[in-house]
Amino acid sequence: MSKPDQRDTAATSLHGVAADNLRLIRATMEKATAFTGISGKGYVLAGLSAIAAAWIAAQQTLPLLWLAVWLLEAAFACSVTLLLSAGKARAQGKSLWSGSGRKLLFAFLPTMAVGAVVTLAFYLQGNTLLLPGLWLILYGAGVMTAGAHSIRPVPLMGFLFIMLGSAQLLVPATANLTLALGFGGLHLAFGILIWRQHGG
Amino acid sequence: MAVNSSRNRKATAAGKTARPILKAARDEPATGLDKLIHERTRLALVSALAANSSMTFNELKTVLQITDGNLSVHARKLEDAGYLECCKGFDGRLSRTEYKLSQSGRAALQRYVTHMEALISAVKRSG
Repeated sequence: MSKPDQRDTAATSLHGVAADNLRLIRATMEKATAFTGISGKGYVLAGLSAIAAAWIAAQQTLPLLWLAVWLLEAAFACSVTLLLSAGKARAQGKSLWSGSGRKLLFAFLPTMAVGAVVTLAFYLQGNTLLLPGLWLILYGAGVMTAGAHSIRPVPLMGFLFIMLGSAQLLVPATANLTLALGFGGLHLAFGILIWRQHGG
Repeated sequence: MAVNSSRNRKATAAGKTARPILKAARDEPATGLDKLIHERTRLALVSALAANSSMTFNELKTVLQITDGNLSVHARKLEDAGYLECCKGFDGRLSRTEYKLSQSGRAALQRYVTHMEALISAVKRSG
């Protein structure tokens, strides 16, 4: 017959084992469904090109040319990240278009489509001052939502984009600098982190 | 005082109900606790497959961070018990092994989770 305090210790230890096993189940399921094909190298290239774009955009005097620089940069960054991510996923024996990769893309694309419509509407009204803040916020929202299907640094990066975009909307004068910090700095920093921690 | 004694009576009653579950859980073989998936690597293997329709050998190896040999041994045990279905084929010139959780494997994991949750609430009630 075991003593009461021995029974308590056994119960506590059983509780610990059960809780630990449930944590293991949850963590493994999360890990197994996360899309790890996001390319860190792609983000690094997108970051570097955004810094260059910010410098070129700052030289422009016409809003149309300024907008054209950033739209070209967005097209380049999206293409390079998508291509390198598809390559990384292929190397892992996965496809960008199946399972968690598809979920990630479908979570990301709606906010990007909203961004395109907002950009066109604001440009036609001759108001491009608020665009940088909106771009950063919308991109951050897209990344954060899509990041739910990916590795942990991705939603964190989305959150920081939203913070930066909010600051930019409150102080709209520093557009190119804030865009360089966001699309340049954050992409570079998280690209290197993903490259080192998750390979490629 | 009256409130306290009522609380004490409730706690004692809860403790009485919880005790058989705790005792049963301590005497593992008698409880019906699935010892096959109670082992951590096999539990993780079944959990990973429960989250996907199927996974390749290499995907499982990456998620579980284990060696080829280790994965093969544990997968074979689960396959022998009918918890996994294994499909071997070729992807171009490379061989490809794909695993899928069977109906009985999914049910076993569900039973195991229910068992663990019951254990946690039993300990909470007895405490």
